[in-house]
Amino acid sequence: MKKGKIVGLEGSFAIAEAVRMVNTDVISSYPITPQTHIVERLAEMIADGELDAEFICVESEHSAMSACVGASAAGARVFTCSASQGLELMHEVLYIPSSMRLPVVAVTANRALSAPLSVWCDHSDAMAIRDIGWIQIFAENNQQAFDLTVCAYRIAEDKEVLFPAMVHIDGFYLSHVIEDMVLPDDEEVADFIPEYEHPFVLDPESPVSMGCYGPPFIYTEAKKAQEVAFGKSKYQILETWKEFGETFGRYYSPVETYKMEDASIALLTMGSIGETAMLAVDEMREGGKDVGLIRLRLWRPFPFTELREAVKDVELLVVLDRAISSGMGGPVCSEVKSALYDMREDLRIVGFIGGLGGRDITIEVFKYMVNRALEYPEKEEEFEIIDVRE
Amino acid sequence: MPEKYSLFVPRLITKEENFAPGHRACIGCAEALAVRHVCKALGKNVIIVNATGCIEIFSSLFPQTSWQVPWIHTLFENVGAVVSGVEAAYQARIRKGRIEDRRVKFVGFGGDGATADIGLQPLSGAMERGHDFLYCCFDNEAYMNTGIQRSSSTPYGAWTTTAPAGKQSIGQITWKKNLPEIAVAHRIPYVATACPSYPFDLMDKVKKGLEIGGPAYIHILSPCPTGWRYPPNLSIKMGLLAVETGVFPLYEVINGEYRLSFDFPNLKPVREYLKEQGRFRHLTDDIMEAIQERVDDEYLKLMERVK
Repeated sequence: MKKGKIVGLEGSFAIAEAVRMVNTDVISSYPITPQTHIVERLAEMIADGELDAEFICVESEHSAMSACVGASAAGARVFTCSASQGLELMHEVLYIPSSMRLPVVAVTANRALSAPLSVWCDHSDAMAIRDIGWIQIFAENNQQAFDLTVCAYRIAEDKEVLFPAMVHIDGFYLSHVIEDMVLPDDEEVADFIPEYEHPFVLDPESPVSMGCYGPPFIYTEAKKAQEVAFGKSKYQILETWKEFGETFGRYYSPVETYKMEDASIALLTMGSIGETAMLAVDEMREGGKDVGLIRLRLWRPFPFTELREAVKDVELLVVLDRAISSGMGGPVCSEVKSALYDMREDLRIVGFIGGLGGRDITIEVFKYMVNRALEYPEKEEEFEIIDVRE
Repeated sequence: MPEKYSLFVPRLITKEENFAPGHRACIGCAEALAVRHVCKALGKNVIIVNATGCIEIFSSLFPQTSWQVPWIHTLFENVGAVVSGVEAAYQARIRKGRIEDRRVKFVGFGGDGATADIGLQPLSGAMERGHDFLYCCFDNEAYMNTGIQRSSSTPYGAWTTTAPAGKQSIGQITWKKNLPEIAVAHRIPYVATACPSYPFDLMDKVKKGLEIGGPAYIHILSPCPTGWRYPPNLSIKMGLLAVETGVFPLYEVINGEYRLSFDFPNLKPVREYLKEQGRFRHLTDDIMEAIQERVDDEYLKLMERVK
């Protein structure tokens, strides 16, 4: 088992280390409202000669993703990161690498969307890009941010996959917080990440046309081929995480559970709030409630099988969303309900929305959610925004 | 005599078509002709990044392609950024010893909408950062692919579907944005104007722009029978008239030094150019006079810079 060394690292710096260790070729980024330290640290590494890469300081997030697309099509291993308004500005471009099978790797430090202007954490930006066709993974702490970024390269660049991958980390809660974590040696990571070679590259020696115009006779076929391949990527995701676990001793799975063995009530969270939720579960268990916790690690492709397995003995599922789908409720809750709809009739799913724009979610808030869900078997409303002044 | 080249010059031009025939451009499309000439001058050792627009639509309808060289299209407005990424990828891969340096050239193609309007910012960014690439703007003076909507490159007084001429309007009420001057303001090593009516001059400029090292910009007037409303057999004549009237002077700016490609001591009246085109047929004498004054004024300013 590889050990590495224990270090104290900010989440942003941990990701920069991952990007350096996999020997990324091209990095492109823009500092919209504001950037994280990820690209600042990468720029520093390049300036100090620790990483040999081209750093393109583009003039917008739209161009940041466009430059990544160009670089990836020309055979480079690429990276960018963004958040909130920046992710929204690059929205149009996000569909390109997934449709053109270019394994761009990106990190999003999840933040709220304007207006009002808020640079603080929630999942509004992530929920606005659910359908872009990227592999999307949510990290819970800085260790995971590092590990899952390393894994994202290997998954995305696998010749059976060739889809872009995005690791979501909670803005500020992870991006700007220093935690202790295990940092593997450079060689250990290098051994885990094979040399990148895309089967189709822009090269005058073997010309290809990329991004051709698809009229109605072929568009549906192209999208189905993409969707089938995307679904199959789950196999490589599981394989990569398994091998990562065997190599580095830290295992990941699409749906991770905590004290779910005998739980009749389950909380469901995504991102860094899972750690607070674990403490809440412990306290509620001391108070006599058999509560457990489900954390969605893999967001796309959606882990239907694993989620159904996790809730098979649960009577009440309480879902916390950190974003609003206006007029609909919490987007994660909607998807969970849809994924479990035809599974069991006696499973009640209750959605809450909280933690918007950097509002902290405490243990007490989780207790409130569970009590509220128990008290009101037939809620009048479809969802409730919690911890809010009226 | 439209060009100063001798008769044997055409024989030096490759017969190879890197932009293959069989594409779906309109009859008489001068843009397709310009692309064909540009691709002859570019040769095989290039990668082309193309914006959404006429060229992309008529050349790449799946499963066919006209491109005999590597070619990528992604979106409308991001050619400057995509070509930056392609160039950076080659720089990094060569430096890291993963591929050998075969001196591949990087080229961006866009129409006037993709260049003057929606794609101006990424192009400006790429020129400012100094990537080694050539950008060709194929200017047919409106959004022709989507149905002749006005762009900031549409000339004053022209009819378009979004700036139509009517009882209360002469059509386009703004003067054509000067893209070559915007490129010059970036202090890049090479800027030129060209037109497929002058094919050897066009090819010469493409070769210069490709070899100069650093960003190069060529603005190519591409007459459009569909959008300009003239018979398709007159495309070459339209380009000649645009140059001979001073509406679209051909010049190059090498490291800030202006050079006029073709000098006409006596410019033809602008009216001769305007009267051939349906998009200008509603113009009254006083509007045509205003256009003449503007053309004269702009031409004088250019001549001052050439001196």
